[in-house]
Amino acid sequence: MALERPRARPAEWARQALGRVAVFVLVLAALWAIWEGYRWLWMREGWTKPFAVDDTTMPHLRDVFAALFEHSSSGTGGLLITQLLKAALFTAKEAAVGFGLGAGIGFLLGVTLSQSKTLERGLLPYVVASQTIPILAVAPIVVVYLGSLHVAAWFSVAVIAAYLTFFPVAINTLRGMEAADRRALELMRSYAASRWTVIWKLRVPSALPFIFSALRVSATASVVGAIIGELPSSIQDGLGGKIIVFNQYYSLDPTQLWATNVIAAGLGIAFFIVVVLAEKLIVRRAPENVV
Amino acid sequence: MSVVSLAGVTKQFGRGVIALQGIDLEIESGEFISLIGPSGCGKSTLLRIMGDLTQPTAGTVVVNGKPARQARVDRDYGIVFQDAVLYDWRTVAKNIALPLELGGWDRRRRAERVREMLELVELTGFESHHPWQLSGGMQQRVSIARALSFDPALLLMDEPFGALDEMTRERLNMELLGIWEASGSTIVFVTHSISEAVFLSTRVVVMSPRPGRISGVIPIDLPQPRTAATREQPQFFELVTRVREALHLGSDVDRRAADPAEEATV
Repeated sequence: MALERPRARPAEWARQALGRVAVFVLVLAALWAIWEGYRWLWMREGWTKPFAVDDTTMPHLRDVFAALFEHSSSGTGGLLITQLLKAALFTAKEAAVGFGLGAGIGFLLGVTLSQSKTLERGLLPYVVASQTIPILAVAPIVVVYLGSLHVAAWFSVAVIAAYLTFFPVAINTLRGMEAADRRALELMRSYAASRWTVIWKLRVPSALPFIFSALRVSATASVVGAIIGELPSSIQDGLGGKIIVFNQYYSLDPTQLWATNVIAAGLGIAFFIVVVLAEKLIVRRAPENVV
Repeated sequence: MSVVSLAGVTKQFGRGVIALQGIDLEIESGEFISLIGPSGCGKSTLLRIMGDLTQPTAGTVVVNGKPARQARVDRDYGIVFQDAVLYDWRTVAKNIALPLELGGWDRRRRAERVREMLELVELTGFESHHPWQLSGGMQQRVSIARALSFDPALLLMDEPFGALDEMTRERLNMELLGIWEASGSTIVFVTHSISEAVFLSTRVVVMSPRPGRISGVIPIDLPQPRTAATREQPQFFELVTRVREALHLGSDVDRRAADPAEEATV
C-alpha cells in the first residue's frame, strides 16, 4: 500500500508552528527565571559558591536588553543596537565568505581523500593536526601574510573563519563518501559506471546528510572564527572590535558586553537556521531518518 | 544460442572455503532458470560470477558470447537484489531512469521508456513518489523496472522476493512471469523457495553445499502460460516433490555445520 507523503495541511502546519513557538518562549522564560532567580537568591544570602554574584558578573537581563536601546558609552553616537547590527552585518560578511570558502575546500578535500587510501593515510594526519593549532596563533600569521599581498583585511578574517570551517566538512564528507550502500555500489558496478559517475550519482548524494550535519557545526564555527579573526587584524567595524571596546568598559557598564554577546549569538543562530533550511530543501530522505 | 555458458567454474574464498566447484551450465535464450539450494551452496555467488561482480578462481564464464567482464561493460544484463536498492534521493521515475542516464539516452527517450516501464510493473501514477513512500513489494517492482529499462538480454535476480510476505510474493511471481513473456528476456533467479522455483522456471538447478556444486537439473514442463491454477495441478506437486528430493539427496552431508561460505557471499 502506498503511503501518502506526510504533507501537513495548512491548519495542522499552523498548529505545529504555534507549538514550536510556545516551546521556544517557555524555554526562554525558564532560562530567564533561572538567571534572575540565581542572582536574587545568591545576592540575598551572600553565597559565594559556585561563584559570587553582583551587578558586574550578572546584570539584570532587562538591563542588558534595555542597553540595546540606549546610546552607547563608546562615544561614536547612535543607539547601541544600530551600532551592533552594523557590526554584525560586517562580521556576517566575513563569516559567510569564510563559511563558503571553508565548506568548498572541506568538501573537495573530503571527496579527494575518499578516492585513494594512500592520499587519505598521507594527508589526513595533517588535516587533523591543523586543528590542534590554536586559532589565535594562526590568525596573526594569516593577517600578516595576506596583508603583504595587499588583500583587504576583512578577507584575511574570512580566511581565518574558513580555517575553522573546513575541518568538520572535510571529515564528514570523507565519512559520508565511504558510507554509500554496498549494494548500491554493486549496482553501479553492474552498469560499468565510471568513477566520476559513482561519485556524483551515488557517493555524494549519500554523503549529503553527513555533509549537512558538518555544515551546521561549521555555520556557527564560522561566526566564532570571524569574531576571533578580527582581534589580531585590528578591524574595528565588526563584532570582535565591539567586544574589545566593551571589554574595557565592563566594570563600569557590563550590560553593553552582554548585549554584544546576545547579538553575536543571534548571528550564529541565523547562520545555523540558513543551513537547516537549505538542508530541508536539498536533502531528500525517508522521514524516519530525519535527525 | 547460449546466453550464459559456464565451464568448470570454481570459487574459493582466500585459501579457505570452496564455495563452488566445477560448475558446468548452459542457459539458453528465453529460459527462466532457478538456482535453488540450502544456505552456503554458493547459488548467490554463482549469480554474482555471471554478473562479473565476483571473479571465479578457475573456469570460464561466457555471457552473450563474450567474457563476463565484457558483458558487464556492454551492459548486457540487469540485476535485482534481495533489497530493492533504490536511491532514496531519487523519485521512482528517476530511479528507473538511472541506467538510461548512464547509457546516454536523451531526456525524451528516457521519459518515454520510464512511462512504459511503469506501465509494465503497474506503477503508473507513482513516478514522482520517493522510495520510502512505497511498500516493500512496490519497491521491488521499481527495482525490476530499473533492471529491465535498458532491455538487457539477461536478468539476474538474487532472491528478489525473499523479504516479502507470502501473498505479495505470489502476486509478484505472477507479474514476473507476465514481464518475462512480454520482454522475452532470459532470467536467472536465485531462491530458497521450492514452490516458487517450480512455479516460475523452465528449468530448476538444484545445488548442494560443501563444496557448492550442481546436484541436479530438473526440467519443469508445466504448460505455459502459468496461472494461479497451475499451483493446484498434480503435476505441480510431483515436480515440487522431485525438487525437494533432489535437495535432500544433495545436502545430506553434514547439514548442521556452520556456513562460512554463506557469510562470505553476503
